Amino acid sequence: MSAPNILKSLFLKELFAGLGVTGRYFFGKKFTVQYPDERAPLSPRFRGRHAQRRYPNGEERCIACKLCEVVCPALAITIESEQRDDGSRRTTRYDIDLSKCIFCGFCEEACPVDAIVETREYEYHGEVRSDLLMTKEQLLAAGDRLETQIEADREAQAQYR
Amino acid sequence: MVDIEINGVTIKAEEGAMVIEAADIAGITIPRFCYHKKLSIAANCRMCLVEVEKVGKPVPACATPVTGGMKVYTRSPKAIAAQRSVMEFLLINHPLDCPICDQGGECDLQEMAMGFGNDVSRYNEGKRVVRDRNIGPLIATDMTRCIHCTRCVRFGQEIAGMMELGAPGRGEHMRITTYLEDAVESELSGNVIDLCPVGALTSKPYRYTARPWELTAHHSVSPHDCVGANLRVDTRAHRVMRVVPRENEEVNETWLADRDRFSYTALYDKDRAMAPLIKRDGQWQETDWDTALTFAADGLKRIIARDGAANLGALAADWSTTEELYLLQKLMRKLGSSHIDHRVRQQDFSDQDAMPSFPWLGQSIASLGSLDAALLVGSNVRHEQPLLGQRLRQAALKGAKVSLINPMDYDFHFPVGEKLIDTPAGMLGQLAAVVSAAAEQKGATVEGLDALVTVDIEDRHRAIARSLIEAKNGTVLLGNISAYHPAAGALRQLGVQLADLSDVRIGFLAEGGNSVGAWLAGALPHRGTAGSEVDSGKDWRAMFESGLGGYLLLGLEPERDCIDPALATRALDAAEFVVALSAYDSPAMREYADAILPIALYLETSGTYVNGEGRWQSFAGCANPPGEARPAWKLLRVLGNLLDTEGFGYMGSDEVLAEVQGACRDVRPDNGRAWQAPTLGPAPTGIVRTTDFPIYAVDPMVRRAAPLQDTPLAGAAAVHACAETLADAGLSSAGRVRVSRGDSRTELPIVADERVPPGSVYIASGKRGSELLGGAFESIELTQA
Repeated sequence: MSAPNILKSLFLKELFAGLGVTGRYFFGKKFTVQYPDERAPLSPRFRGRHAQRRYPNGEERCIACKLCEVVCPALAITIESEQRDDGSRRTTRYDIDLSKCIFCGFCEEACPVDAIVETREYEYHGEVRSDLLMTKEQLLAAGDRLETQIEADREAQAQYR
Repeated sequence: MVDIEINGVTIKAEEGAMVIEAADIAGITIPRFCYHKKLSIAANCRMCLVEVEKVGKPVPACATPVTGGMKVYTRSPKAIAAQRSVMEFLLINHPLDCPICDQGGECDLQEMAMGFGNDVSRYNEGKRVVRDRNIGPLIATDMTRCIHCTRCVRFGQEIAGMMELGAPGRGEHMRITTYLEDAVESELSGNVIDLCPVGALTSKPYRYTARPWELTAHHSVSPHDCVGANLRVDTRAHRVMRVVPRENEEVNETWLADRDRFSYTALYDKDRAMAPLIKRDGQWQETDWDTALTFAADGLKRIIARDGAANLGALAADWSTTEELYLLQKLMRKLGSSHIDHRVRQQDFSDQDAMPSFPWLGQSIASLGSLDAALLVGSNVRHEQPLLGQRLRQAALKGAKVSLINPMDYDFHFPVGEKLIDTPAGMLGQLAAVVSAAAEQKGATVEGLDALVTVDIEDRHRAIARSLIEAKNGTVLLGNISAYHPAAGALRQLGVQLADLSDVRIGFLAEGGNSVGAWLAGALPHRGTAGSEVDSGKDWRAMFESGLGGYLLLGLEPERDCIDPALATRALDAAEFVVALSAYDSPAMREYADAILPIALYLETSGTYVNGEGRWQSFAGCANPPGEARPAWKLLRVLGNLLDTEGFGYMGSDEVLAEVQGACRDVRPDNGRAWQAPTLGPAPTGIVRTTDFPIYAVDPMVRRAAPLQDTPLAGAAAVHACAETLADAGLSSAGRVRVSRGDSRTELPIVADERVPPGSVYIASGKRGSELLGGAFESIELTQA
C-alpha cells in the first residue's frame, strides 16, 4: 500500500467526502414534491387518461374511421359504427380498456380529427376491472370537463405537429 | 403470338391484345382506373400511361395493341413523370374524406396514389362539389369522389343492359348520374359497387359499419338460383357484414346478382327463430333442444305407431344443401315412407318417370355466352337466373337469335328474335307449332303432334324452327314457368322433341339453388339417391290432397313457397303433427306447426350445392347462427337417432357428402327422352291466372332482405291485365278487384298491363296478398270490389 493511500484510510477521507454530500443536501433547498399536497409540473405532451373532444358547436369530433382501433398496439380500443339519422358516420360504441392501454399515444397521432386525445389526468383507479373500461359517454364527459386544458395543450404544440 | 419486351423482360402476347392485358398476364403492374377486363376500353383515365420505344409521347397501355418487337417501359422516368402528373390531376377534385369513406383501405385511388403519385400536393384552390341523388336502397352515392372512369356507365350499357347511369356534361361539369330522378332498377346493379375504383358508389346496407381491415373473408355459394354464384363473404366478429363476388370465369365471371349480394341482410331479421319452439296444449313455448327434439320425435312416433309411416310426409325447400336433402330422404325412407318432395312449385308429375336422373342445363353455363340460337320456353330468365340472363344477353349481342314462348311479354335486356306470347294453355299450342314447323323443315313426321297444334303455323314459328336447325350452337331452354305449368310434362316432351329434331341441346333452368342437388340426393317420391329405383311415394300435391297425419318441413314456408298456398295451408292445418325445421318464425307457421326447430341458413352451415350445370360446390359456414339455431343436417342426424333408425352416426357433414357423392359417381347428365305423344286434360275456361315467383319473392331469405324489398322490383301483389281482358270482364282499369278460386279469395289492386295476353291475368306468387290464393294457371273469377 502506498503512503497517500495509507493516509486516506487513516483519516477517513472518503467517509467525510460522502458525509459532505449528505450534509449539502440536508441543509440545501428541498425538491421533494409533497404529493398529494403538491404536484409535479406536467408537459403539454403528457400522456394520461383519454378523452374525446367535441367541436365548439357541441358536435362530437369522432367520425368512426377506426384508425385508432387499428393502430393500437395493445388492442385496447373497440369501436362499432353506423350511419346516424342525419347521414353522418358515427360510433355507436367506443371503448378504451385502460387495463390494456400502454399509453403510447398512437391513437392520438392516428386521429385525423383530433377526437381522441390523452389528457393530463393520471389520477384514477378502479376497484374491479370493469372500472378501467372507459365508454364513449365517459370519454366525452372527460373531454367536456377538460376541454380548456386540452385545447391549450394542442395550441402549445401546434408548431411541432 | 408475338414477342414483346416490357421493362426489359421478353414476354409472349396474343396478337391484337392490349399492352395492359399482356402485362397483367406476365404479372407486371400497370396502374389503371377505367380499364376492366370485362368492359370495353375507354382509355379516359390516362393512369396507365407507359413509355413505348420509338413513340414520342407516353401512350395508354389499355388502348395500345401489342406489336412484334415492341419495347415497353412502365417505370422509366418518362412513364413515372406521366403517371404522377395524371394522378395529380385526378386528385385535384377528389375530396380528402378517406377517414369517413367506406372504400378507405380498399380504394384503388388510395393505392395508386401511394404507389404512383406525388408525395405532396401543390393544389390550393377550391374543389368541385357534386350533388348526390338517391338512386335506391342498394347503392349509396358520394359523387364528389367520382374520378369519371365511366366503368359504371359502361357496365350498364354492356353487361346489365340498362342505360340508367350516364355521364352528362363535359370537363369540370361532367358528372355521373341517373338520367331520371329514379332508383336504379337493374337486377345486377350491385356490381357497380365493386367496379367503382373509388368510394363514389358504395353499398348502402354495409354503409359505415365496418372497415376492410377488420373483415375476415370466407368462401360460399349462393342458393338463390341455379347458377350457384361464387361468393366471398366478409365477416366481423362472426357476423356477416357483406357479400361480394368471388371470381369464377365458368360460373359467375366477376358478377353477382343483387339477390345474391344483399340477401345476407335477412340473416339478422327480427323474424329469425332463436330458440326451439313447441306447442303444448295449444300454447307456444320456448324450450331447450333436448325437450324440443324429443317432443318432435315422439309426435312423429305416435303417428307411425297409429297409422303407419305411410301417413308421414316430408317437404324440403330446394335451397337446402345436398347433405340436408339426403339426410331427410334417408330418414323418411328408413322410417318406411316415400312421401318426400321438393318440387312444391310444380304441378304436373305425369311424366316424372320419364325425367332424367337430374334435369340439368344441358350445357355449361359459360357456353351460353357463345350460343347462336336459343328458344326460351316459359322463362323470365332475367329475373329468374339474372346471371344466365346476362350470358344470354352476351350471345344475343353477338348475333344469336334468342326467341321466346311466354305467357306474358316480360321485359328483356337483349334483342329478342321471335316472341310468341300466349295464354298458359296457348303456350303449348305455340310450342307444338314450332315443333311441327321443325318437323316439316326436316321432313320428319312426329306421331300424335297435330292434335297439339292449336294455332296456325305462321312464319314466326317457321323462323324459330329454322334458326334452331341452322344453329351450330343452339339450345332449347325450359324456364321456371314451364316447370310451374299444369301441362309441364307436355312442354318438356315437346321441348325435347324440338331439340332432337333441330339437333340442338335441351336444357332445364332449374327453379331453386339446389334443385339438381335435390334430384341427385333423392328428395323425390319416385326416385332414390342418384336416381335409384324405389317404392314410389306421393308427390306434394297428392300428400296435401290425401291429407297425411304428420309432416316434416325442411326450410320451407308452404304458405309462400308452394304454388298452391291455399291447398298447402289447408292440409297443414288439418294435419295432426307438423315439425318445421325453419330459420324463421312467422305467425302463419305458428298456425299449422307443432314444433319449430330453428335452423342455420346457408351462410351459417357447411354444405354443398349442385348448380344447374351439375357442378358440385361445397362451402363451410361463415358466421355463427343466431341464438340456439343449429345446422339442419345436425338436427336431422339427431332426429334419425331419436327415431331409432340406423346409419345416422355422422361426425361431420363431409361424411354425408362422401356418401351422396359415392352414390352419384356414375350418374351422367342426359336430358333426352323418347317421344311419346302427351295427352292433355281439358284446357281451363274463362280468365286464367298466369303466375311466377318474382325475383325478390323466391325464398324465405330473399323475402326478408329489407334492402331488396325496398327496390322497385319488389312491389306488392296486384292483378295485371290488359285493357281487352278488363273490358270483357267488365272491370275498370284502376281500383281493387276481388279474386276468387274455389273457396280461397282475396282482394288486390288492378294494374292495366298490356304485357299480359287477353284471356289471362297475371298475379305474382310468393308475395304478400297472394298467399291465400291458389290456382296457378287455372281459371279464376274476378269481380270489381
